[in-house]
Amino acid sequence: MRAIRTVAVNVFRESVRDRVPYNLVLFAVMLIASSYLIGQLTAGQDVKIIKDLGLAATSVFGLFIAIFIGIGLVSKEVERRSIYALLSKPVSRAQFIAGKYAGLVLTLCVNVSVMAIALYAILAYMVWATHPASRAVWDAPGLDPALLKAIFLIFIELMLVTAIALFFSTFSSPILSAALTFGFYIAGHFNADLKNFDRVVDSKVAATLARGVYHVLPDLSAFDVKTEVVHGLPVAAAYIATTTAYGLAYVAGLLLIATFIFSRRDFK
Amino acid sequence: MAAAIRIEALTKDYTVGFWRSRSYRALDRLSIDIEPGEVFGFLGPNGAGKTTTLKLLMQLIYPTSGRAEILGRPVGDIAVRQRIGYLPENPSFYDYLTAEELLGYFAQLFGYSSLERKARVAALLDRVGIGSERKLQLRKFSKGMIQRVGIAQALLNDPEVVFLDEPMSGLDPLGRRDVRALILELRDQGRTVFFSSHILADAEALCRRVAVVAGGRLAASGTLTDILAFQVRGWELVMSNVSREVLARVTPSVRRVTEISADRHALELSLDQAPDRILADLTAAGASLVSLNPIRDTLEDFFMKRVAEMGAGARAPLAEEARASH
Repeated sequence: MRAIRTVAVNVFRESVRDRVPYNLVLFAVMLIASSYLIGQLTAGQDVKIIKDLGLAATSVFGLFIAIFIGIGLVSKEVERRSIYALLSKPVSRAQFIAGKYAGLVLTLCVNVSVMAIALYAILAYMVWATHPASRAVWDAPGLDPALLKAIFLIFIELMLVTAIALFFSTFSSPILSAALTFGFYIAGHFNADLKNFDRVVDSKVAATLARGVYHVLPDLSAFDVKTEVVHGLPVAAAYIATTTAYGLAYVAGLLLIATFIFSRRDFK
Repeated sequence: MAAAIRIEALTKDYTVGFWRSRSYRALDRLSIDIEPGEVFGFLGPNGAGKTTTLKLLMQLIYPTSGRAEILGRPVGDIAVRQRIGYLPENPSFYDYLTAEELLGYFAQLFGYSSLERKARVAALLDRVGIGSERKLQLRKFSKGMIQRVGIAQALLNDPEVVFLDEPMSGLDPLGRRDVRALILELRDQGRTVFFSSHILADAEALCRRVAVVAGGRLAASGTLTDILAFQVRGWELVMSNVSREVLARVTPSVRRVTEISADRHALELSLDQAPDRILADLTAAGASLVSLNPIRDTLEDFFMKRVAEMGAGARAPLAEEARASH
């Protein structure tokens, strides 16, 4: 545990000293702020737009952090050869992978938290600035705690994307890892369509293939409850629990395979 | 006594090429035993298989066949890493960390408490000559300073066995002297040092026993004296104040005369020429002795010869050949 924690803290320290996450967080905060200005132009819909944009920005900027830092977690260590000295210390390759992953998840957790706080701050300002009579027509309260459900699932989705990026980075180049992870992300969001592919194609082979891909790829659309939350529709706790368990099971599987591959790799 | 490091028929093949892949043997059935408390030189030209061997010992790569043990345990045993130190060739670390932070990070992996970490890191950075620069990020460090940090991180845990891959690389003469002193200090403390180098002088100054690899194969192993003693192929006599007449007189009897400066000349004598006779001749004529040294094959020459011989199928350890020929 000590080795995993030590490696994780170092990943977090690296990302803090790397200016990219700072810029992304700053950019996300700026986007959320500008979304407020857009909201000013849309009578009655401003809170909804701000929630929409805020959650979308949290997801997109989190995605950039997960992919662009995730793909470098292992490959950067190998490229700059810092892994040579590290692996000569009492750290197994499995602990190295787990520590790298935990470090980036910690970074994401802090980033997502900062974005969530920024979103709630803007919403608090809106609630304060809006007349109570106007607030009455809102679908959901301005400072709706249900937003946290959406943010939580975004975070679980980002954990999954990070695991995908890390998995690819154990055996391929950063550019290829980025492309593959992004591909997985896109395909994962359209995964539900693959399930019922037999309804739109006649070919049995294509339908079977689509169903096979459906089972292999994670269904990332399951983590998207933004629309429900923004419109004040209920999201059951049981749904959040099962979706979280699904995401974590995927993460565990990916980390196991990543460790398996990484443990057999030669560092030439 | 159990060997500190035991290498048995260690072999490493790499596959090169994508479409037309072929196998390349980087290390071929290497077997060596290193005794506890010994400074052992692992010598060879670039590409001989030195770094491959060290990577195999650190399990950064896996052997195709053969095995290796450190302190009686297989190299993959994580517990062994608590007792060893390793300096990689041309080390590279996290450039966003300061030297202090890097060593603190590694010390944490060994499980030292915060107080112990600080004390160890400070003492080691002092030992390798990193002063106020320890607060700077490593991206601002020169190659030589990185090498010093690399040596410090290899000694963090008071290792019983230290592996140093080209420890003198990137160091200035002062740095080389410091590292030599450090290795001798480790030897005096009873630690085992396994270091690779392609510089013969390093091995001569530090080791009693060496192994020489060339083309991935063991070319020779034994004491350095055994290996290189018979490689003396002449003498170099450096004299000052040699008059032109005397120089003209001795030139036909020596192999070569080189003018170093207006009043200093180097005379190269063949092995069968007695240097004391010519020296007496020259000093009687008013010249002064500056230095007299045996001319040996360079390690590079030695490697080239061995590689050529091994290519012809000769694989007997050279030390044995040397003994047999004397």
